[in-house]
Amino acid sequence: MAIETQPESAQAPGGGDPGAAAKERNFWLRPGIHTAVIGAVIGYALGHWLGNFMTPSFVATGGGAPDSNDEAIVLGFAFLVLGWLIGLGVFDDLVRQMLGRPIRVTDHKANVGVAKYFRYTLDHKVVGIQYLVGMLIYFFTGGLLAIAIRTELLSPSYHVMSPTTYLEVVGEHGTMMMMMMTSVILGPFGNYLVPLMIGSKRVAFPRLEALSFWLTPCAFVILLSSFLLGGFPTGWTGYADLSIQAGEGMDAYAVAFGLMGVSIILAGFNIVVTIICYRAPGMRWSRLPMFVWAMLTTGFLLVLAAPVLVGGMYMIITDRTAQTAFFASQLGGSSYLYEDLFWFFGHPEVYILALPGFGIVSELIPVFTRKPLFGYKIAAAGMFGVAILSFFVWQHHLFDSGMDPDMRPLFMLTTELISIPTGFIYLVAMGTFWKAKLRLTVPMLFAIALFINFLFGGISGVLLSDVPADTTAHGSFFVMAHFHYTIMGGLIFAFFGGLYYWLPKVLGVTMNETLGKIHFWTMFIAFNSTFMPLFAVGMLGQPRRVWEYQANLQTLNDWVSISAFCLGGSMCIFIFNFVMSTVIWRKKAPRNPWNARGLEWQVSSPPPAENFEHIPVVLAGPYEYGDPDALPVADLHPPAGVISGALATATASTGTEA
Amino acid sequence: MAADATTTQNAGHRQGNRDGLWLLILWMVLSVIGCLLVALVLGPHLPPGAQSSSAASQQTDITVLATIATPVVVGVLLYFGWALAFWRQQPGDETDAAPIHGNTRVQVTWIIGTAAIVLSLAVYGTIELISPAGAGAGEGPQPIWKPAGTVTTSVTSWAPNTKNILQVQVIGQQWAWTFRYPQFGGFETTQLVLPVGQPVQFNVTSLDVTHGFWAYTLGVKADANPGVNNVAYTTPEHAGQFQVRCAELCGIWHGSMYDTGDVLSVASFLTWTQTAKTQLADVTKLLPPYALTYDPTTIPAGKINVALGLTSAGGGYYNPADPEQP
Repeated sequence: MAIETQPESAQAPGGGDPGAAAKERNFWLRPGIHTAVIGAVIGYALGHWLGNFMTPSFVATGGGAPDSNDEAIVLGFAFLVLGWLIGLGVFDDLVRQMLGRPIRVTDHKANVGVAKYFRYTLDHKVVGIQYLVGMLIYFFTGGLLAIAIRTELLSPSYHVMSPTTYLEVVGEHGTMMMMMMTSVILGPFGNYLVPLMIGSKRVAFPRLEALSFWLTPCAFVILLSSFLLGGFPTGWTGYADLSIQAGEGMDAYAVAFGLMGVSIILAGFNIVVTIICYRAPGMRWSRLPMFVWAMLTTGFLLVLAAPVLVGGMYMIITDRTAQTAFFASQLGGSSYLYEDLFWFFGHPEVYILALPGFGIVSELIPVFTRKPLFGYKIAAAGMFGVAILSFFVWQHHLFDSGMDPDMRPLFMLTTELISIPTGFIYLVAMGTFWKAKLRLTVPMLFAIALFINFLFGGISGVLLSDVPADTTAHGSFFVMAHFHYTIMGGLIFAFFGGLYYWLPKVLGVTMNETLGKIHFWTMFIAFNSTFMPLFAVGMLGQPRRVWEYQANLQTLNDWVSISAFCLGGSMCIFIFNFVMSTVIWRKKAPRNPWNARGLEWQVSSPPPAENFEHIPVVLAGPYEYGDPDALPVADLHPPAGVISGALATATASTGTEA
Repeated sequence: MAADATTTQNAGHRQGNRDGLWLLILWMVLSVIGCLLVALVLGPHLPPGAQSSSAASQQTDITVLATIATPVVVGVLLYFGWALAFWRQQPGDETDAAPIHGNTRVQVTWIIGTAAIVLSLAVYGTIELISPAGAGAGEGPQPIWKPAGTVTTSVTSWAPNTKNILQVQVIGQQWAWTFRYPQFGGFETTQLVLPVGQPVQFNVTSLDVTHGFWAYTLGVKADANPGVNNVAYTTPEHAGQFQVRCAELCGIWHGSMYDTGDVLSVASFLTWTQTAKTQLADVTKLLPPYALTYDPTTIPAGKINVALGLTSAGGGYYNPADPEQP
């Protein structure tokens, strides 16, 4: 098994002694976040200078400020990323291998204590925690921007921000949240838990996984730097021709979103290969936890959809710098091309945001109902159905845009068909609840809330998929309420459910339950109080992304704003609980506090560095609650010879098949 | 012992049936009440109202969808409410519940049920899309669903109650709407005025970036794309004012890109066109000949905007160095 082998001695045609250990440097000289920052600063300065040097008289196509030089900005960002990665030591081992020197990753001395979280570390558990903190920072930054938006909308005319600032804030909020949501579950939970759940000691591509995380801080900084460059006026969708016309802030949007696209391709690729190739013996497809199924389908969607996003962003950048004309109508381009590219990514993305949530709740429900998952195959089929159909619905975003009208009935049909596999998830949940022994823990409350919130999100989605109803609802606050119900009401509720559920495993500490319940109830009530009225606001004629609306809608808007502030308060309760529980109180978690069957709960909390002492042999499915005849989920200390026997059989059967 | 277990199981089974029966009865009663409330009480108040043919059909459509959605919402909420009320862990009971891995009959019923609802919704939506001439949505340059009995025989003249459909060109620019009436000498105005009871063809285009023409209570929405003619149809059925807004983000003053339109009687509309034609004669001379799309670089936009009294126009599309800049 090639899982743990390192070459005993690297081949060394030139370089130093292959057997020699890497030299130990002082800790401040080892690559880490501080060297990465230095690299990024030098990189940006270098790239910016290079851009200005190459094209001193460049004038932006869109006629921004006369002295704006998009090429300098874009090159600056590109070199910033490069410098950041060099400083982080991403390329160190590549260079060492080229020179025939021993690589450094095995050097565990560099990876002790808190310092490892600030380094390019190849342990999937470290990357998972890095992702968790990173995504929480993304989420709360985006949340603050949302509070700013709602403050402006307290009044039907503008009063706090200028229209320019308002649009900047709206665009930043949308883009930041969308970038974050693509990896908010796959990043922390997927990377951390999938190897534990499938009985593996590692992921398939630890370098890609670590790289996928370390691109996200870059994307975060670049996106926020847009504020310094005048922002971007297009919202998170970045429609051409407005994106061509916009000032330098638009470059930050395109680079940041494209960078996040690269990051999620890498993350998805790693997860898919890990799940397919690194399952422990006995972890058949029919025993795979639902969360792993969700990660698999999400990974496929990421790998297949995100390249289109990267391509679209790249084309925006070349339109703005290299004078191409993919999207510039004035020069023979087509804004429809952008809309199609964007939504060809954008609609699968919507399900990239939904499936992990389904996965988490399907994982939680059997544990807290104390019953097997009802219709395991239906649940997996539902996820695959959603994933496949999601590539055939993107034109429902363009029903009013003047696309070929012939296609409308077709896209209406495909969009509505998605509610069938989504309905499977409800069937599975409701079947599992049937005559259960519900334990209303904090994670379970969040799981139940997902089904209630997503119900409204899904039903409003049916209205949007229907062309006549969409004629009124499109581009209004109705759409906005719809996708906040599915994304925040679905994904974020599942995220918090998962966090309360798995944090004892991940950090070995338990979150305070009373505060957790207060967090849940305030969040659930404030969330619904914020977004439910927005359905009405949209139907009453308020378009999205406006700071000026009809005076008669002020009462509703004020209600929504105040509820949004309460929602922000609820998040503060969470932050307090999270920080206090993990840093100050540190109430130690038992190995299996929820009495769950999942493989990840069979190891200590937090899991040992190698996950499993031996590769376990999986004996039964993870959801056999209440079945007195069920075998334990896995044999953690399989007799010698079992693994090699299983591998030999597998190799033999593969050999004959081939 | 065995007998005991059987009795308990039977009791449990009966208990299960009773739960199911109660849920079914409650669901049906609440669904009927809910559907009646949605269809009869809420329905007539649902947007976008009934000011035009497309608005009325959208209102019907939304009502039907909301009515069909009611039993689904009621069912799911009722089920989870029931579970929370009756299927809780009893204090001190640490045992697991009886395992059920699946139930073919329930699963098949569910799949057939959801598929039937979804397919019938798609069929109904298609009918509601095709029969009222594209449901007021922009159909692109080659519309395929038109108001019954109308053809475009002339874009230079129009008379009421003929097959010749009234043409109104909607031009979006940062950040104002203007409207051009080719059948009345091609004047361009900032007022959108329509006759009651006459089918209208909106030809929506843009001079700079993508806008979204949204005549809210007329139930019309069509994106205005530069260099593209996007056609939408409706027939206003009641006189009165309506809101026009921009539904696609188009830059910083997107929020203030709104107007009020007017549906007048046919006679008043004809009078208005004559007045406007005379009043705007000077502007009309500056305009390029009527076309379905315009190349903004050849339009003396600044002069036109000044003549029309537009002060908001003049976004980045027009080169800041352009002397035509207002």
